Amino acid sequence: MHGFKLLAASSLVAVIGLAPSHGFANDELVEMQKNPKNWVMPLGNYAGTRYSELDQINKDNVGDLQVAWTFSTGVLRGHEGGPLVIDGVMYVHAPFPNTVFALDLNENGRMIWKYEPKQDPNVIPVMCCDTVNRGVAYADGTIFLHQADTTVVALDAKTGEVKWSVENGDPSKGETGTAAPLVAGDKVLIGNSGGEFGVQGHLTAYNIADGSIAWRAYSTGPDDMTLLEPENTTHLGEPVGADSGTATWEGDQWKLGGGTTWGWTTYDPELNLVYYGSGNPGTWNPVQRPGDNRWSMTIFARDLDTGVAKWVYQMTPHDEWDFDGVNEMILVDQEIDGEMRKTLVHPDRNGFAYTLDRETGELLVAKKYDPTVNWATEVDMETGRPQVVADYSTGQQGEDVNTQGICPAALGTKDQQPSTYSPKTGLFYIPTNHVCMDYEPFQVSYTAGQPYVGATLSMYPAPDSHGGLGNFIAWDATKGEIVWSKPEPFSVWSGALATAGDVVFYGTLEGYLKAVDPETGDELFKFKTPSGIIGNVNTYEHDGKQYVAILSGIGGWAGIGLAAGLTESTAGLGAVGAYESLANYTNLGGQLTVFALPSS
Amino acid sequence: MRLWTMAVVGLGLSLSALTTANAQESDWEEKPYIIEDGKVDYGTYNGYRRYHNTCHVCHGPDALGSSFAPSLTESLKTMSYTDFLEVVTNGRQAKGAANQDSVMPSFAENSDVMLYIDHIYAYLKARADDAVGRGRPERLPPEEDQVFQEWKDSQ
Repeated sequence: MHGFKLLAASSLVAVIGLAPSHGFANDELVEMQKNPKNWVMPLGNYAGTRYSELDQINKDNVGDLQVAWTFSTGVLRGHEGGPLVIDGVMYVHAPFPNTVFALDLNENGRMIWKYEPKQDPNVIPVMCCDTVNRGVAYADGTIFLHQADTTVVALDAKTGEVKWSVENGDPSKGETGTAAPLVAGDKVLIGNSGGEFGVQGHLTAYNIADGSIAWRAYSTGPDDMTLLEPENTTHLGEPVGADSGTATWEGDQWKLGGGTTWGWTTYDPELNLVYYGSGNPGTWNPVQRPGDNRWSMTIFARDLDTGVAKWVYQMTPHDEWDFDGVNEMILVDQEIDGEMRKTLVHPDRNGFAYTLDRETGELLVAKKYDPTVNWATEVDMETGRPQVVADYSTGQQGEDVNTQGICPAALGTKDQQPSTYSPKTGLFYIPTNHVCMDYEPFQVSYTAGQPYVGATLSMYPAPDSHGGLGNFIAWDATKGEIVWSKPEPFSVWSGALATAGDVVFYGTLEGYLKAVDPETGDELFKFKTPSGIIGNVNTYEHDGKQYVAILSGIGGWAGIGLAAGLTESTAGLGAVGAYESLANYTNLGGQLTVFALPSS
Repeated sequence: MRLWTMAVVGLGLSLSALTTANAQESDWEEKPYIIEDGKVDYGTYNGYRRYHNTCHVCHGPDALGSSFAPSLTESLKTMSYTDFLEVVTNGRQAKGAANQDSVMPSFAENSDVMLYIDHIYAYLKARADDAVGRGRPERLPPEEDQVFQEWKDSQ
């Protein structure tokens, strides 16, 4: 019954939302994101490039970086995301219980305020992959926090006092919150988590003034839930038709359809479109849910004011591998075949990196960004469909059959850890996994609030390669080519940062913060922080000095699969070298480390 | 649900047979798996699959634990079958230092767990005893697998 109430509510607000809105916060943030001294949103800017114009720390002096100061969050869970910096104040968030700290940069991080919500600990076990949180958002003197229990709270940035608070979902059904909010216009956009619990995904726009819902757009369901227009919303140029969010599902399965929206959202102020992806459809057993399962595994381009989708593109129809489509959508203009295009670049979990025209949704490039990807030979550029290899199709192999040697593993060639783009080189720098898997689907039944998975997986380093579990790569998204690839012993689970100082930063699961040359990938600097890094690097300037900041704290999916060590490859697959457990390299932690050059 | 032992009980027609059955029951709790030439019975095999469907998201691959839940290869060294059932059915919470709330949910209403709870126990006990290694165990051929035959007959 709850679903019907939500349906009625969302269609009502969708109509109200049609009235044009003028966001002053939008204009404020559009300007603020251009100031490299601040770091005003988790991905650095609306385009999601994680690129900074700061160049005090450069290729020649980065080797001299030192720790300037450190801060403990007091929590020992996986620390994803990273802090914001706004006019001399740093806002640091923690995993559950989702503490937020405002730190005074004029006093080496003295706490101006601390906010710790009281949450029911029963939300902890319904978070699939540790109690991570990917950060807070800022707008209009307000910090927006999206808590584990789905509460969205607006805090006064000066005092930490609660301005308003709303519930985005029901944790007793497995709905949780991990995604960072994005403020665009006068709305704060919130994605949901719970794809392993049969949760129906949606993106919700709340009015930043009072927390009222402007619109809610589901990933699956009839048109008044998905906010898709049969004639106007397109998929590779073709209208999607009526009720496309239910037409490729059997019966009511779309209600358990997954398609959660726990990744990153970006925004193009000129086109007034927001971009994000949806996750896996329902159970991991593909045999149990025939059809394309639209619109799971899909890139959405939605109008900010109304939520109506202009275009969609489903990357992995009828998922058979858990290749969620939630990774970042980076918005840059690039020359393709001699023509400047407004592009969207998306390195997907499924091992293909996609370049699309972000205005029309036209597919321009779709290429493997790890040569070991084998579940599909290529993406058909006419239909947009991956050409699935029967040997690696867990659906075709069938239930109770262990399909072996699939690359990439369910972790994807990359997960949510966001890439960076440098306009100086025109290249994307992508943190990747180099992991393959065996996958056996079997029958499961749905119980609200209980895991709804339906597959057994084992993972191991990509066979016949360097033996490590990750690479950090430079990617040319106009051609779909790897420019260089730097092997890593473990998956690179940290968001990257490129700067005008010709340096690219990323963190590693052993806990190293590394700086590399954007042209060659040569290592210029590394420092071992107290715990493994799954957070995102950022940079800011304070009192004329450039700083680089990173959260350490091993955990997340990496903490599940890798803390124990992956299964050594089975003999037939011939992986090179034995895998050593990450537990020998790092320990739990929760620390911010801030770096700077030594004072001369 | 423990078909293997229930079958033995079902055969018990005399007092002495029942005594034997109780002994068997206790033996099952101590050693709930059959392994021949490195191959495991259906219960242990299915336990591997069902464990990796639900439990592994916290307790890690091959029951080795994660950064936020204990290794069951250790826990099952000392935990009794009764305690195991109790915790899986009712869940439990522990308040730790440094905001380390540890919460195990109740799986009482989860048929993907409760229907196969003895299989999961068999697998975990085999892991704790170091009787099966990491990864997917190899199954006994169905025709040689007493546990599989009984399971099949019960479905």
